[in-house]
Amino acid sequence: MKYKDYYEVLGVSRDASAEDIKKSYRKLAHKYHPDVSKDPGGEEKFKDIAEAYATLKDVEKRAAYDQLGKHQPGENFQPPPEWGAHFGAGQSGFDEADLADLFAGLAGRGRGAQGQRMSMPGEDYEVSARISLSDAFHGTQVDLNLSVPEYDEHGRLHRVARKFAARIPKGATDGQRLRLRGKGGRGFNGGPDGDLYLHIALLPHSLFRPDGHDLYLDLPLAPWEAALGATLEVPTLSGSVHLKVPAGTLAGKRLRLAKRGLPHPHGEPGDLFAIVQIVVPQDLSERERKLYEELAAGSKFDPRSHFKNGGGSA
Amino acid sequence: MNTDHDDDVWMNDQACVTLEELAALSGLSASALRELVEYGALIPVNPQEVRWTFSGHCVVAVQRAGRLCNDFDLDPSALALTFSLLERIQVLEDRLRGMRAQTPRCFD
Repeated sequence: MKYKDYYEVLGVSRDASAEDIKKSYRKLAHKYHPDVSKDPGGEEKFKDIAEAYATLKDVEKRAAYDQLGKHQPGENFQPPPEWGAHFGAGQSGFDEADLADLFAGLAGRGRGAQGQRMSMPGEDYEVSARISLSDAFHGTQVDLNLSVPEYDEHGRLHRVARKFAARIPKGATDGQRLRLRGKGGRGFNGGPDGDLYLHIALLPHSLFRPDGHDLYLDLPLAPWEAALGATLEVPTLSGSVHLKVPAGTLAGKRLRLAKRGLPHPHGEPGDLFAIVQIVVPQDLSERERKLYEELAAGSKFDPRSHFKNGGGSA
Repeated sequence: MNTDHDDDVWMNDQACVTLEELAALSGLSASALRELVEYGALIPVNPQEVRWTFSGHCVVAVQRAGRLCNDFDLDPSALALTFSLLERIQVLEDRLRGMRAQTPRCFD
C-alpha cells in the first residue's frame, strides 16, 4: 500500500487541531474545487485534498491513520501488526489496497465481524464518454476501462480494473447523462448494485455545430447566388440534400432543413439550420473586376441608407 | 462486461425520479430536498400530489448542489441558494452554447 501524507496535503502539522484542519481544508477547497476553481489541474488536486480531509476530520479515522506511522509519500508500507484487527479493517490484503479506499471502508471500532455482515449498496460510477457527432447521430458502443472501488469478501473497498462496453442510443446531445441502472459497483452482502452514469461530451465537428438536437451549418454564398437565388447541394449527417436558396437572401438568414438534425429519443428529430454568409472572391480576374465595376456604376442599391438618418434610439 | 439496454435512462425532461431516488442519487436527505421544494428552488413535476416526482433534468444540479454542500461543509440553509444559483448557471451555459452554435465561424 502506498503512503499518502494527509497532513502535508492539507498543509497542517500532525498535531493540528480539528478547527485548523477544517480551516485549511476550506481554503484549499475554494482554491481547487472543480465547481469553483479556474485551475485546470484543480480537480486532481481537490481529490487529494478531499481524501485527506475525509480521514483527518473523523476522530476515529484520524487515530487509525496516525497509528500507521509516518512514511515518505509514495512509499510502499504495511500497517503495524494488529492494526487491521484493531480498527476493523481486516487482517491482510493490504498490499493491493488503496489508502483512500481503506479509510472509506472503515466504520469505526468494534465493527469486526458484525460489520462484515452488513449489506451495502454498490458504488455509483460516473465516467465521461467523448463521442463524435456521427456517433451521436447513429448511436454507438463505447469501451470503457475504469479503476473502480468495489467491496471484497470482507466488505473492504479495493480498487479493481473493470471493462465496460456501453451502448449509447442514437440522439445523444452534448452534456447529456445516460444512467445505466445496476451497471455500477456490485453491492455487498445482498445490497443493490450501483449505477453507471455516462456523461456524454460531443467532439467538435468540422462542419456542424450542435445546439440540443438542432444542428447549425455555415452556408457560404457567392454574391450572385444570394441576389439571384440558387439550388445547392448541402451536407447533412445522413447524406447530401438539395437546398433552394431564394433570390434576395440576406447574410445571417437561417434556412431550415426540417428533421435533418440529431434524432430525438422521444419525439421528432431536430432540424438543421444553414446560416447564410455572403463571401466575395479574394482575387478577381480582369473580366470579373470589369463586371463588378459595371454593376457598381449601374446599381442604385445603397446598403447604408440608414446611416443618413443620423442614428439615435432604436 | 456488456450492458443490456432495457434499463438505460436519459437524464432529461422525459425521465422522472421519485423523491427517494433523488435523495439516493444526490446524497441529500429527503428532508433537505423537501426544504428545497418549500423554498421554491426545486419544483416537482406533480406538486399537487402526495408522492412527488422530479424531472431527470434536475438530477445533475441537485447532485452538484449536494456535492458542494458536502465538500464545503455548507450550512443546510445555504443549499437552496446554492441550488438556485447552479440552475441559473446551467441555463446561462445552455444559452451560451446555443449562441455559439448559431454564430457563424468567421465571426468567432
